[in-house]
Amino acid sequence: MEPIRQFAGRIVALPINDIDTDQIIPARYLKVTDKAGLGAALFSDWRYSADGSAKPDFVLNQPEHQGASVLIGGHNFGCGSSREHAPWALIGGGFKAVISTYFADIFRSNSLKNGLLPIIVDEQTHQQLISMAQEDALTEVTIDLESQTVRLPDGRAVQFPIDGFSKHCLLNGVDQLGYLLSLDAETARYEASHAARVNTFA
Amino acid sequence: MKTMSGGKTLFEKVWNNHVVRQQADDLPAVLYIDLHLVHEVTSPQAFTELRQRGLKVRRPEQTLGTMDHSTPTTPRGLDGIIPVVDSQAAAQLDVMRKNCADFGIPLYDLGTRNQGIVHVIGPEQGLTQPGMTIVCGDSHTSTHGAFGALAFGIGTSEVAHVLASQTLLQYKPRTMAIRVDGHLREGVTAKDIILAIIAKIGVGGGTGYVLEYMGEAIRSLSMEGRMTICNMSIEGGARAGMIAPDDTTFDYIAGRPSAPKGEAWDRAAAEWRQLPSDTDAVFDAEVTLTAEELAPMITYGTNPGMGMAITSRVPDPDHLRDVSQKLALDKALRYMDLQPGQPLLGKKIDVVFVGSCTNSRISDLREAARFIEGRRVADGVRMMVVPGSQQVKRQAESEGLDRIFKEAGAEWREAGCSMCIAMNGDQLQPGQYAVSTSNRNFEGRQGKGGRTFLASPLTAVAAAVNGAVTDPRTMVNQRGRA
Ligand code: SF4
Repeated sequence: MEPIRQFAGRIVALPINDIDTDQIIPARYLKVTDKAGLGAALFSDWRYSADGSAKPDFVLNQPEHQGASVLIGGHNFGCGSSREHAPWALIGGGFKAVISTYFADIFRSNSLKNGLLPIIVDEQTHQQLISMAQEDALTEVTIDLESQTVRLPDGRAVQFPIDGFSKHCLLNGVDQLGYLLSLDAETARYEASHAARVNTFA
Repeated sequence: MKTMSGGKTLFEKVWNNHVVRQQADDLPAVLYIDLHLVHEVTSPQAFTELRQRGLKVRRPEQTLGTMDHSTPTTPRGLDGIIPVVDSQAAAQLDVMRKNCADFGIPLYDLGTRNQGIVHVIGPEQGLTQPGMTIVCGDSHTSTHGAFGALAFGIGTSEVAHVLASQTLLQYKPRTMAIRVDGHLREGVTAKDIILAIIAKIGVGGGTGYVLEYMGEAIRSLSMEGRMTICNMSIEGGARAGMIAPDDTTFDYIAGRPSAPKGEAWDRAAAEWRQLPSDTDAVFDAEVTLTAEELAPMITYGTNPGMGMAITSRVPDPDHLRDVSQKLALDKALRYMDLQPGQPLLGKKIDVVFVGSCTNSRISDLREAARFIEGRRVADGVRMMVVPGSQQVKRQAESEGLDRIFKEAGAEWREAGCSMCIAMNGDQLQPGQYAVSTSNRNFEGRQGKGGRTFLASPLTAVAAAVNGAVTDPRTMVNQRGRA
């Protein structure tokens, strides 16, 4: 994974509460065996009419919002299904971060493993970002992972939380599986003192 | 820190037993995983990762594959084989076969004896046991918590973690006690309890928590009922929901293929009896409901938290103070094409789906069959009954339940997820209304443009028979049976 330090990007608002991962990518697109190429399915049912044409009133279809890389979602973004296809689709759609007041646990964890930053801000900042995105499609924020801040156009820097381990992995492009594999001896010790509870071959 | 000195919760006991490395400062805990269930939709990319890195599956004998999500549930051909007509699904199933074969993982292949929905087969085989850690690339893994296991859904990256290392990185969640006191009234079921809980705490209310369901109403539920409850923990935002093991749990497990036998059983049972939360254990949050106050529940909106007693009226967005909630409800009612203040009783429906990992076990089918026997599915209504596993299907057929459903005019299908997720061709048409025993009423979940009312199997049958949303209690009274 590429290390992430700092990036600037235009924001686009989809201020709907409880956006579930079935909306982010409907289940019929999950019959794939790859991660790549899911951007086209992003928000598919909100984005396209039955005949496949783009709905002009859906924000991500509007010309002025093309190229936005920071999505402002409503409260409780990413609830529902554990499908990691959701962050894959968002990344495929050009997004590097999603900002909300809070995220569903599994979506948050999946995003962090793919370099999509789930950024939690307070309600007031959230509301402010939504207004800014709606008023001016060119509004840009700068996200700095090291200092855990989102810098708004007015110069204000808002702190966001991230667990230290995920931060370390993202900053250094380290993947988490490597860390788990490095604990092989500890895992083996656990296994030696705890008999396996079931055998799926039996 | 309060829990360090005092008693421990069920969750803490299971967690503590599985710590390979303690959580410290900036490092999450490393948890050992006892059982890893794998299905065709969320695993291919994980196996690809293992191949790319030249890794093996650390514990194939603690891993089990099944096929359920994209599998057809249409009848077998004359050759006894279930035909897969969708070429993309067929390719995905082939990849699953190859992955399981290459990595030496046992697989319950499509149509074979034990195949079924991943959260139905674990308990059915006796693989799901108290005190275990169980994961699957599937959010309804919370189902297995009904046995006092710590079970939760993971993403595909984590599927690769567990395949390769049999461990998982986790920060310790908070705990929430959900107490349901008293006794359920006739016609009110486990499904109604959990829909009421989610309506109360909201779809995000359990975020960051592990739930423990307790109280008299929970204790008196069957294992199937407890699984229905734990299954939908994730719909309240909680990754896991647990219920302390007791004699009901032990009776269910005893004698199943993977259950401990003889002396091993005695040892296991003694250990399991230590698991329930200590009386002085402290939870980070508590919620209480009274069973007598619960009615059959139904959802009216586009997430499982938008639920109400079946006799209530659709809420009015204008009565909500929070602007974002008002917008959400307004959007949901537009999608559902419902008016504020409208009753749902009498609302015409097109499809009834009895199935999914929430309500497709033998007791669900028995309950539905008993209720529909001697009645008929209303004209113009399509009713599908989809057993959760091949084993449930065989059991139901040996009891003649399939005949009861077919005589009533319902479709009796092969096992799988089916219209719960609508990946396999079983789906609603745009604009159709369904009463469904599944767990998600999200926009398009059961087919693009389809509209879902979540409810219990009894409420589903009542709707099928009347062609409209119906309070099952009115029929219970008429026919004099539950
Ligand atoms: S039945 Fe539905 S909720 Fe359950 S595992 Fe299958 S798709 Fe998921």
